[in-house]
Amino acid sequence: MATSVITGTAKAGTSVSLRDVTRAFGQVRALDGMSLEIAPGELVALLGPSGCGKTTALRIVAGFEHADSGQVLVDGKDVSGVPAARRDMGMVFQSYSLFPNMSALDNVGFGLRMRKMGGAGRKGRALELLEMVGLADKARQYPHQLSGGQQQRVALARALAIEPRVLLLDEPLSALDAQVRVQLREQIRSLQQRLGTTTLFVTHDQEEALSMADRVGVMRAGNLEQVAGPAELYARPATAFVAEFVGTMNRVPAELAADGTVTALGTSVPVAAVKEGAATDAAPGPVDVLVRPEGLSLAAAEGGNGIVAGRTFLGAVTRVSVLLSGDAEVRVDVPSTAAAALAPGASVQVSLPPAAVLIAPRRGAGEAATVPVG
Amino acid sequence: MAPVSRAVTRPMTSPGAAKVPRRRAPVAVWRWVILLLAGAYFILPLATAQRFAGLSSFSSVFTQPGFAASLWLSAQLAIMTTLITLVLMVPTTIYVHLRLPRLRRVLEGITILPIVIPPIVLILGVLQVAPLWLKASQWLLGLEYVILAMPFAYRAIDAGLRALDLKTLTEAASSLGAGWVTTLWRVLLPNLGTALMSATILIVALVLGEFTMASLDLWVTFPVWIVQFDQLDAQMSVGASLFALYATWVILLAITLVGTRQARRTGRGEVTLFTATRIQTTVSES
Repeated sequence: MATSVITGTAKAGTSVSLRDVTRAFGQVRALDGMSLEIAPGELVALLGPSGCGKTTALRIVAGFEHADSGQVLVDGKDVSGVPAARRDMGMVFQSYSLFPNMSALDNVGFGLRMRKMGGAGRKGRALELLEMVGLADKARQYPHQLSGGQQQRVALARALAIEPRVLLLDEPLSALDAQVRVQLREQIRSLQQRLGTTTLFVTHDQEEALSMADRVGVMRAGNLEQVAGPAELYARPATAFVAEFVGTMNRVPAELAADGTVTALGTSVPVAAVKEGAATDAAPGPVDVLVRPEGLSLAAAEGGNGIVAGRTFLGAVTRVSVLLSGDAEVRVDVPSTAAAALAPGASVQVSLPPAAVLIAPRRGAGEAATVPVG
Repeated sequence: MAPVSRAVTRPMTSPGAAKVPRRRAPVAVWRWVILLLAGAYFILPLATAQRFAGLSSFSSVFTQPGFAASLWLSAQLAIMTTLITLVLMVPTTIYVHLRLPRLRRVLEGITILPIVIPPIVLILGVLQVAPLWLKASQWLLGLEYVILAMPFAYRAIDAGLRALDLKTLTEAASSLGAGWVTTLWRVLLPNLGTALMSATILIVALVLGEFTMASLDLWVTFPVWIVQFDQLDAQMSVGASLFALYATWVILLAITLVGTRQARRTGRGEVTLFTATRIQTTVSES
């Protein structure tokens, strides 16, 4: 899924692959045989809760950590023995990493200086980069005179100035406030697409991952659960963990029958097969059906199966919390125009869509959400 | 000596500034009372010494036999000690911070030893084991001062490093292609300016005021000369002490001004005059 190179200033795309990479810190297995292929020019986001190993993976690619076993290949060559300083990778860090003793211009020019570029050429190129991130007028300012967002833009310019083969972003937006974060992620994405730089982006923010990446790798306990495009990840999560980590997911108590259909909310529907050829390994009995808030339908009904517990206005839609019998709570998105009739306390009927659904082992019954679905 | 390192590691903030407004007035009064008492405590001895020495002794101090030689020796020792200490301690402390953070406590413990062990024990031990050629050279005294300076240098540098995001800065430099030496020279040292300045001030002050080791090592450094001279001409000796004190103040003030100006430019912590004067009191103590 290579992005087209518009300006052609970057080196012709670089591919990166991690092969069976393992890394342990004492007893903790930060990475447990992780493999990932990144195509030239692609932006792949690693998404996962803290401690899932995503940052370790990035740091191994950068050369700041070594893998206990496995390989990191850049354009097919194993870079395990290459020190970070010679990997030609630009990195933007989570914490502000600009050199406080240098102006924005000198910060951006630092990598060029390390590459022995002369003063005038260096300055010109650094200014060009600052212009690209919209900060040419701040060239003479020192980091402490810049806002957090500006500092991260300078850091991005600094990382891109060396025309890196790979751009590594380690939660670069997490220290910024919401509005700046949205602006900057759009800017990063459009620059990355323009330059065609292969990029690995680590984040714990699913919105960031889904909005920026060509593909998102959802990580858990040192391994990738699923790597897919944002739309596929949302619509067809491979595991219950992915389903619940990405987007909002409801769990509705249900009964799995021997014929592979599942009954919940009074409706029997087939179980979705997510991975092709994969068998449903859940045994008949109590399970949870996983369904998104927009996948359920809701109507006011006397003597229905639920009671409205609350409403959150989200703009075009309103998210309604419904308390089902048996203490389960589900969230259902309804058009805001229809939400007026659904005041807290109102009796409603929640129903499943007729389409196939994902299931997960009943929470609380045995180990929750670890068995792959479908 | 302990308050000195505290003054360096912690930037001065006015205590009680965040107190409840209603209690502000009495706090302010007490602050002034304490300031005046402390001021009197420091200024009275100086003023009486100045009165005893008289102004005329100042001009004749410079022409006294041994003055120039002892001052020159002390200056040499100060420079030597500062250079050796910084060259040894800066990379060591950075390395420990980056790679062996668990050793930080151990290092802190080791560096406190020279304060715990009295100088007289140190110097007698050293004189027992040092080879003759080293004993004949002023280098021995310089090396002893390096040991003495270690606690101060370590604490100043440690405080400077704590204020930096050392790991991120070195990794950023490294990802941009900088080697270890370049990172140290272009990224870390410039950002440790304040810490290095504090360390330098402390070391210079220590060396210019040290008496025990120098006199037992039979070197006539400036403090040794003052004491020796005291037996000949007490008035002149006090004049020399005061000269040393004022000269050091001027130097420290200059360093502070330069340091603060640079610190303001890059938005880093400041070298305060308070720090500098606090250090000066140590000198007059020893």
